[in-house]
Amino acid sequence: MKDHTFQDCVKCTVCTAYCPMAAVTPFYIGPKQAGPDGERYRLKDKSFYDYALKYCLNCKRCEVACPSGVRIGDIIAKAKLDSPSFKPGLREWVLANTDLMGSLAVPFSRALNPILGLDVSKKMMDGILGIDHRRQFPAYAKETFEHWYRRKAAKAQKRFSKQVYYYHGCYANYNNPALAQDLLKILNACGYGVQLLKGEKCCGVALISNGLGAQARRQAKANLAALRKADGPVLTTSSTCTMTLRDEYAHVLGLDNANVRDNITLALKFLSEKVDSGEIRLAFRSDYQKHIAYHTSCHMERLGWWIYSLNLLRMIPGVRLDVLESVCCGISGTFGFKKENYELSQEIGRKLFDQIRDAQPEIVATGCETCKWQIEMSIGFEVQNPVSILAEALDIEETTRLNAARP
Amino acid sequence: MKEYDVIIVGGGITGAGCARDCALRGLSVLLLERFDLTNGATGRNHGLLHSGSRYAVTDAEAAAECIRENRTLRRIAAHCVEPTEGLFITLPEDDLAYQDKFVASCHAAGINAEAIDPKEAIAMEPAVNPALIGAVKVPDGAVDPFRLTVYNAYDARLHGAEVLTYHEVTAFLKDESGRVIGVRAHCKDENTDKEFHARVTVIAGGIWGTLLTQMAGAKVNMFPAKGALLIFGHRVNNVVINRCRKPADADILVPGDTICLIGTTSTRIPIEECDNLRVTPEEVDLLFREGCKLAPSLADTRILRAYAGVRPLVASDNDPSGRSISRGIVCLDHESRDGIPGLITITGGKLMTYRLMAEMATDLVCRKLGNSKRCTTATTPLPGSEGEIERPEDAHDRSGYKAAWGRHGSNVSKISSGSLSNALACECEEVSVGEVNYAIDTLGAKNIVNIRRRTRLGMGTCQGEVCACRAAGLIAQANGCALQAKEDLAAFLQERWKGIFPITWGTSVREAQFTSYIYQGLCGIDAYSRESKPERPVLKGRKKA
Repeated sequence: MKDHTFQDCVKCTVCTAYCPMAAVTPFYIGPKQAGPDGERYRLKDKSFYDYALKYCLNCKRCEVACPSGVRIGDIIAKAKLDSPSFKPGLREWVLANTDLMGSLAVPFSRALNPILGLDVSKKMMDGILGIDHRRQFPAYAKETFEHWYRRKAAKAQKRFSKQVYYYHGCYANYNNPALAQDLLKILNACGYGVQLLKGEKCCGVALISNGLGAQARRQAKANLAALRKADGPVLTTSSTCTMTLRDEYAHVLGLDNANVRDNITLALKFLSEKVDSGEIRLAFRSDYQKHIAYHTSCHMERLGWWIYSLNLLRMIPGVRLDVLESVCCGISGTFGFKKENYELSQEIGRKLFDQIRDAQPEIVATGCETCKWQIEMSIGFEVQNPVSILAEALDIEETTRLNAARP
Repeated sequence: MKEYDVIIVGGGITGAGCARDCALRGLSVLLLERFDLTNGATGRNHGLLHSGSRYAVTDAEAAAECIRENRTLRRIAAHCVEPTEGLFITLPEDDLAYQDKFVASCHAAGINAEAIDPKEAIAMEPAVNPALIGAVKVPDGAVDPFRLTVYNAYDARLHGAEVLTYHEVTAFLKDESGRVIGVRAHCKDENTDKEFHARVTVIAGGIWGTLLTQMAGAKVNMFPAKGALLIFGHRVNNVVINRCRKPADADILVPGDTICLIGTTSTRIPIEECDNLRVTPEEVDLLFREGCKLAPSLADTRILRAYAGVRPLVASDNDPSGRSISRGIVCLDHESRDGIPGLITITGGKLMTYRLMAEMATDLVCRKLGNSKRCTTATTPLPGSEGEIERPEDAHDRSGYKAAWGRHGSNVSKISSGSLSNALACECEEVSVGEVNYAIDTLGAKNIVNIRRRTRLGMGTCQGEVCACRAAGLIAQANGCALQAKEDLAAFLQERWKGIFPITWGTSVREAQFTSYIYQGLCGIDAYSRESKPERPVLKGRKKA
């Protein structure tokens, strides 16, 4: 697949001005040089700019900033996958295989979660794998969402005349089934049954950023096959999974996803649009009071869909909403877990941490799970997906009644 | 007054090659060039390291010379050469029967041409037109004519030669017997006229040689044939692609450094136009149309600029196209030919055979001076290409080092390092501040255009937008005069615009507009534009701090 957007670069360098990494280290030459500039050299010899690629967070803020439509982040991501010297090791394999790790960990989560939190385990992972000992691992759930769904929810979904599919991703499945359950609660109240895809796999974003291109392509193909079978809209709760399924498959992995792309939507976008068009009506609890700060995750910024989260949060009568300036939290998926990146990761996040501290919200809302880990670990504020906030604030009975009464 | 053994007039590849050869044979040498090195045809061609295949059918002698020099240059100028290989492709509209004749002629000239399956050709070069019906693999390559010339001149200087750029010869000095004893030259640095004396004077002025010989009282009929080329913003091909047919317009696509270029056309022009070549819209259309036949992806590839050069062919018949004229070397002893002792003309030939031309001219010079030293230029590597050169790896604090190694070979060790020197001046082409200063201090660059030729600064897709002001800053730092540097900046941007103008569409328009906002809008550079714009030097050597 030929991506020639690099030749539309007019060297304005706005991308580098917006790059969270270039802002904190002089060692990174920035997206303009690593991306479109480097690409011209890589056409001659793949090893050019190799040393620079590892600094890219794949946050895509460069692409948002670019006035010329250059897919800078994609160019760098592809160069990384093609790079002769960028070879993933055991650590990369462990961090990137979220599906495998999740399915191994969940059955033993009761024992495993405390062990992962122990200083001695952290020191061991630091020493053996190069995963920074200061990093807190997200806890694994006692039961996967998929398992719970089959056990408790699948049957009940059948009674709805309107059906949507839910691509839950690894986080909702292995770490936070409550998020997925919250979405079910909202959609059911709005009159929608929720189906799971048959054969869903991890979207593969961590495989792409850790240089495991072949496995990423295999998983992507499996997901595309599952997505093609869906006969209704496919909803998501993670901004990163959404961007990966919709954009990275085509732009970075070179796979044709044209016939499923437009069918994949953030659940919050789906809901917001349905509310705006009058197809869904929401009723909120009168006793819900919260001060919320909204953080736009990088991939939400790239999707341009933060507006739907804000739209819904603003509908909740008891919410005081602070919208934070959109900046990177610094964790960038698995990047921040790596020992050599810990300091950079925290330095990048400081701009966000300061904003949250200034706002002093009760809850930080964001559409990205790794932002949640970073913020909770770094400054101790509680972070939730807007879906969960919405689920808590909704008057479920009244909402169910409103939507059931409609023809 | 100092008397040189030999004065060479013309700082193209032929003149620089002559200067080197003469210097290596122990002669005292002065090279005079009216502008910068490579200002004429040397800097305005394909940069193709011909295998000779192109001439095999029509001119066996030129083809044989080419392949010999091709092998020589790979050895002595490895850092200026990229061994890309080449393809001669037959398209459905071409006569496939020509391919057999072509291969046979190549073999007769000693060129290792090998007919391969079209599928193999596509595997070798994925950008090639997949409709091809025949393909021949040949040992073509790419050569950087700027650095080839600069390093010939540099080596000449290392062996005692003096190289004076921006010195325009205005008259030949003769004694009572009519012998040429030197030249008068106008020095543009100081705006003065100077006289230089030598026992022999060699005219190596390319097409302008016809005017020089006229000035000396002889007559050499030259045939100015303009050839236009287009530069694309990046490489679409990594292998030279030629059309396997009788040489015609726009049938060679060469990957050169970070770009690729398609050429050429051939149009007879009057000699007066040689100093001010313009590329016409018709030429741009033709080059683009024909180029897309070689590599269809050129159709959506950004074009950076258009330029044209003049082939220095010696007229021999009334061929209107100039293509059937031999690229053969013409070495004239004006003593025997015109009764003017002390004067030699070396002309004809081509970039590929510059070393051979220099050898022939120097042999003649040596015969006249009674020097019996043999030519060693075919075996002595240029500075930068000595021995095996280990490729360095870039690092975060040394970006541009590998690119500089590609440009300067082992000379890369002479480029200063340190946090300021390692900073990039030109980001498109990865030219560091240290490399710019190296071009100024070691390679004789006297203005930004000179720096460009020695380093590729300003040759990338931004065409000077980002780097020109940085280069001007370094010039100002070197000569201590900001005003001259600003004037030079204006002239450089004007020179870039001249090449962009014929192809202003698409992203190039946006980029040019953006450049104009910055320099004209924001910086008011027009205040420093000189009305008449003869290119001139602004650096007379580094000012001592």
